[in-house]
Amino acid sequence: MSTPALRFVPNTLGTPWAKRLKSWEVLLLAVAIAIFVINSFASPYFLNAWNLSDATFNFTEKAMIAFAMAMLIIAGEIDLSVAAIIAFASTMMGYAASLGYGTPELIVIGLAVGVACGAFNGALVTVFNLPSIVVTIGTMSLFRGLSYIVLGDGAFTKYPASMAFFGQGYVYWVFSFELVLFAVMAVVFGVVLHRTNFGRAVYAIGNNPVAALFSGIRVARVKFILFLLTGLTSGIAAICLTSRLGSTRPSIALGWELEIVTMVVLGGINILGGSGTIPGVVLAAFIMGLVTFGFGLLNVPGIVMSIFIGLLLIAVIGIPRVFAPKSRKVE
Amino acid sequence: MRKFLKSREVLLTGIMMILIAGIALRFPAFATPDNLANVFNDTSILIVLALGQMIVIVTRCIDLSMAANLALTGMMIAMLSQFAPGIPIPLLLFLALLIGAALGSLNGLLVWKAHIPPIVVTLGTLTIFRGVIFLISSGEWINAHEMTDAFKAFPRIDILGQPMLSWIAVVTIIAFLVLVSRTAIGRAFYAVGGNPHAAVYTGIDVGYTRFVAFTIAGALSGMAGYLWVARYAVAYVDVAGGFELDVVAACVIGGISIAGGIGSVGGAVLGALFIGIIKNALPVVDISPFWQLAISGTAIILAVAFNARSERRKGRVILKQAEVAT
Repeated sequence: MSTPALRFVPNTLGTPWAKRLKSWEVLLLAVAIAIFVINSFASPYFLNAWNLSDATFNFTEKAMIAFAMAMLIIAGEIDLSVAAIIAFASTMMGYAASLGYGTPELIVIGLAVGVACGAFNGALVTVFNLPSIVVTIGTMSLFRGLSYIVLGDGAFTKYPASMAFFGQGYVYWVFSFELVLFAVMAVVFGVVLHRTNFGRAVYAIGNNPVAALFSGIRVARVKFILFLLTGLTSGIAAICLTSRLGSTRPSIALGWELEIVTMVVLGGINILGGSGTIPGVVLAAFIMGLVTFGFGLLNVPGIVMSIFIGLLLIAVIGIPRVFAPKSRKVE
Repeated sequence: MRKFLKSREVLLTGIMMILIAGIALRFPAFATPDNLANVFNDTSILIVLALGQMIVIVTRCIDLSMAANLALTGMMIAMLSQFAPGIPIPLLLFLALLIGAALGSLNGLLVWKAHIPPIVVTLGTLTIFRGVIFLISSGEWINAHEMTDAFKAFPRIDILGQPMLSWIAVVTIIAFLVLVSRTAIGRAFYAVGGNPHAAVYTGIDVGYTRFVAFTIAGALSGMAGYLWVARYAVAYVDVAGGFELDVVAACVIGGISIAGGIGSVGGAVLGALFIGIIKNALPVVDISPFWQLAISGTAIILAVAFNARSERRKGRVILKQAEVAT
C-alpha cells in the first residue's frame, strides 16, 4: 500500500506563464506561425494581403459552425447534420428566391430553417432522450434528402444581386464581410463559453451530466439551446456560402461535417466532452485555412488535402493519448 | 410467445410483408418470387456490410469507413486485375478480403492501441481511404472494357438458379450466425458492448475484441469492394459514396443498439432488406429516386426512437436464465 507521505509534492505550483506555455493553444499558435513561415518561403504568392484575404474564405463559414459545434461537443453531444442543414437552408432560400422574394426575406428564411433544423435535432435528443450521434446521422440524410426532393438534379441560380454582399462583399480594405462576421462570432462565443453561467453549465454537463443535474443545471434545456445554436450557425453559414457561390445544388457543402469536427478537435476540444476553448478553435480554423491555401498555391489537388486533414484528425487526438500517463487512459 | 411476437425480427418481417403486399396490390409483378430474389441479390452487398457493421456497433464502436474501404479495395483489385489479367478470380476475392482486413485492422489498431474514439478514427480513415484512391488511380476511372470478362462475370455465376452474389450473402449470414452464437470471440463482442468493465474482469481483452470486430468488418468491406466493382463494372474515387450511412441505417433499423451490447444477425439482415425493398420499390411505384435519402433518414430516426423505447422497457438482463424464468 502506498503511503500518502511519499507522494510527490512540488516545491512551487506552476506559474501562470509556465502553464500557458504548455497549453494546447500555444502549441497551435506555434504550428500556425510555422505553417505561415513555411508557406511564405514555399510560394512567392503567399505573402500578399489580397491572397491571404481570399484564403480566409475557405475556413470562415466552417469556423462559424465550429464555434457552436465546439460548445456542443464540450457538453458531450455532437451534430453531424450541420452540412445537411446548410444544404436544406440554402435550398429553401433558393426556392424563395425563385418565387421572387428579396434579400431580407431570404436571410430570414436561411436563419429560420437553420434554427428549425436545430430545434428538430435538439428535441429528438433532449425530449426523446436519443443518442445525438445516431439522431444526427438520421437527420443528415433527412435534411439533405429534402433538398434532393426539392431540387432533384437541378439547381437554383437566380439570386438577387444584393444577396452577393454576404459572401463576396468587403467591409473595409481586405477585410471581407465573412471574416468580420467570423471575428465577431469568435468573440461572442468566446465570451458566452468562458465568461457566463451558461458557459460554465456547458462544461459541467460535459464532465458529469448527472452531477450537473443535481447542482441545479437544466441539462436538457442547455443541450437544446446548444442544438439551436448549431442550427443557427449552420443557417448563417448557409447564407454566406449561398451568397458566395451564387447557386444551390443539393450536394452543396458535402462532407463539411467532417471538416468542422476536425477543426473542433484540432482546436483542443475533447471529443468525449468536458474541455476545450474557443481560442483553440480559432487557431485551428486558421491552421486549416493556411494549410489548404498553401497546398492550393502549390497545386496540390483538394482530395490530397483531405488525406492530410484525415491524418491530422487522427494524429491530433492519437498522439496525446499515446503519450498520456497511464492513469488518464481509463475510459 | 408474446415475447416472440414483440421481437424486433418478427415486427420487421411483419412490416416488410405489409410493405410488399401493399406494393403488390397495385404492381403484382413486384411480389413474384423471381423479383424478390432480385431484390435480395441487389441487397446482398448491403447485407454483408451490415453484418460487419453489426459486430462493430455491438462492441460500442462504429465504423464509418466501410464504404471508403470498399471503394479503395475495389479500386486496388480492379487495378491488379488490369495489370495481371491471369489472376484467378477466387484468389482475387481472397486478396480483396485480405486488403480489406488490413485496412479494417488499421481502424482497430488506432482504437485499441491509441485509444482514439472510433467515430474519430473512422471519420479520419474515411477521408484518407478516399484520398488514397485518388492518389493510386490519379482520379482516372477503370471502365468495363478495361476489365476481363471473368472479372465481371463472377458475381453473376449461376448456382442452383441464383447468382453467386446472393450465395455469398447467404454464406456470410450463416457464418455470422455461427460466429456470434457459437464462438468465444462472438460472445466477447456482446460482453464488451454490454459492459466493458465487467468484460475486463471476466478475462476479455476489450481493445483486442474491438480490434477483431474492426478487422472482420474491414475484411467484409474489402470482399464487398471486389463484388461491387465487378457487379457495376466500374471503379472510381466516389464508388459507394455515402453508402456507410445506408449500412448504419440498416443496423439501426434492425434493432442494433448504438449503445452496444444489443443486436442480432437476423436484425441486421432484415434491416438491410428493409432498405433494399424501399430502394427497389421506389421506381416501381413511380416515386423519384431523389426521395430515397429522405426516406432512409426518416427510417433511421424512427428506428432509433423505437429502439430507445424498447431498450428502456427491458432494462439490463443479467442472466439469460433469469429472463426466461420471469
